[in-house]
Amino acid sequence: MAVIQDAALTPDHAGPVRRRVNLVSFLHRQEVWLSILALAAFLASWEWGPPLLGIAPYNIPQMSAVWSEGLHMWAHGDLLRHTMITCMEVIIGFALGCAMGAIIGYALGMSRLLEAVASPYILALQIAPKVAFAPLFVMWFGYNITPRILTAVLIVFFPVLINVLTAVRSVDPAMIDLARLFRASRAQIFWKIEFPWSMPALFSGLRIGATLAVIGVTVAELVGGNVGLGAVLAESEGQANTAAVFVTIILLTLIGILAYVLVILAERMVLRYAPQRSADDIGV
Amino acid sequence: MLRLQFKGVSRHFPPKRGRSESEGVLAVDDVNVEVGDGEVVSLIGPSGCGKSTLLNLASGLDRPSKGEVFVDGAPVSGPNEHVAFMLQKDLLLPWRTVRRNIEFGQEIRKLEPDKRRQRAEMFLKRFHLDGFADHYPHELSGGMRQRAALARTMMMNPDVLLLDEPFSALDAQTKMVLQQDLAGTLADERKTAFLITHDLVEALALSDRVLVMSRRPGRIIKEIQVDIPDRDNPMERRQHERIGPMIAQLMGLLDIGSSEELV
Ligand SMILES: Nc1ncnc2c1ncn2[C@@H]1O[C@H](COP(=O)(O)OP(=O)(O)OP(=O)(O)O)[C@@H](O)[C@H]1O
Ligand SMILES: [Mg+2]
Repeated sequence: MAVIQDAALTPDHAGPVRRRVNLVSFLHRQEVWLSILALAAFLASWEWGPPLLGIAPYNIPQMSAVWSEGLHMWAHGDLLRHTMITCMEVIIGFALGCAMGAIIGYALGMSRLLEAVASPYILALQIAPKVAFAPLFVMWFGYNITPRILTAVLIVFFPVLINVLTAVRSVDPAMIDLARLFRASRAQIFWKIEFPWSMPALFSGLRIGATLAVIGVTVAELVGGNVGLGAVLAESEGQANTAAVFVTIILLTLIGILAYVLVILAERMVLRYAPQRSADDIGV
Repeated sequence: MLRLQFKGVSRHFPPKRGRSESEGVLAVDDVNVEVGDGEVVSLIGPSGCGKSTLLNLASGLDRPSKGEVFVDGAPVSGPNEHVAFMLQKDLLLPWRTVRRNIEFGQEIRKLEPDKRRQRAEMFLKRFHLDGFADHYPHELSGGMRQRAALARTMMMNPDVLLLDEPFSALDAQTKMVLQQDLAGTLADERKTAFLITHDLVEALALSDRVLVMSRRPGRIIKEIQVDIPDRDNPMERRQHERIGPMIAQLMGLLDIGSSEELV
């Protein structure tokens, strides 16, 4: 039927894409070397900088001191158990917070009425500093993992909710019309249009949530209890053990990085369809 | 037999709440159009004169304020399977492959997966998309995206095809190829089509009749029979000697060149 075939568009014409990948991996290689160099420089200045500048070890301990303190805590201080407890709290808090944020976000997104009724409270709660609730939760539930999980839930909840809500509200009305033309039911419109449409925004909420979960858990652990890295941190501070404080800060950061990377990997798998999506084009 | 009929159709958009009554818009006013079985009719008119509004009414997405639209003799009260509507934007769902985009309508209508896949395969071939079935929309050119949208529309096997400026976003060459494809398909399947366009040559090359609308409130001010052969072959038809004078006539009717131009 077609008289002229668009010749440039045969399926194996994947040239530009492949070239871009090559370029990226090339850049990557250079980046990798530079990063390694920078890391070495950083570690060296950490190790030899403080003594050279006359900074006392109880202000900034040398890298080697932090390292040996870490080994010591690992061997004698149950560091692994504390780390595992913190990880578990982060995971549970993150999962619950995301689930609640997403469900309520979608519910509000589908009902203008619900949103109108709930939005003042949501706004107020969003502005409130969530970590300030940690002591309250400790008063309610005592020195156990519940207040930590609750604080994480509370802090993760909002960015996920707001991102989902904004995304559902921003669905191209013409796409809804398209579904309506095929006589889609409300449920079909949700599952086939609104939900997939909101996925990138949902994931950018999850990315923010992953790092916030660690903050929530840490603050609640600082408030009270004797398990978890936050508790170790507070105890080390009480003993003026700066090296131990450094160890816990580093571990907490690693947990945050791990959580963030896991979310990114999940996002890569789910949002395979998207052209190399820049991380922050929706929501945040 | 009449496939599509507008009977005294008006659409008035009321003003936003709190605005004065005079800010309401009478988009189309007392439109009467009849499109017979297998006929292809084009609608041209200045921008904002209510062309899209008419298609929304015919598709059942919108309801007229006055009058009634009939499809296959029955009044239109909402989207229905007799009509398929292809909008100007291709509206491919970015998270679906071309194949699954083409299947989208039938998936919603809950056609059995086997039949659905078979049918999609057929339309992928017909619209020269077979090599791209498993690509995502962002990997396609504008012309291929529009073809996928056309395939998705044809998948519904409608009695009446509504097309709102389907090729306006394409370059001239791609546009001609797609016009050729569309004209061939319409002729092969003896489909009825109602087509909006800003492209006078397109209107003349593809249709049996061209309707001209006035500025808002839109009314049909002229109807032109395009009795030139080769409706199934626009490449041929656009070179016909009578196209030139007809375009001049349409330009006169649309007042092009005098005051406002057709956007
Ligand atoms: N939902 C709506 N609410 C209010 N006014 C509307 C609505 N839809 C269309 N209109 C108005 O109706 C008039 C006709 O719009 P329509 O989209 O039908 O024009 P058109 O002929 O398709 O224009 P174009 O050629 O630019 O696509 C316009 O003035 C527009 O502002
Ligand atoms: Mg229009």
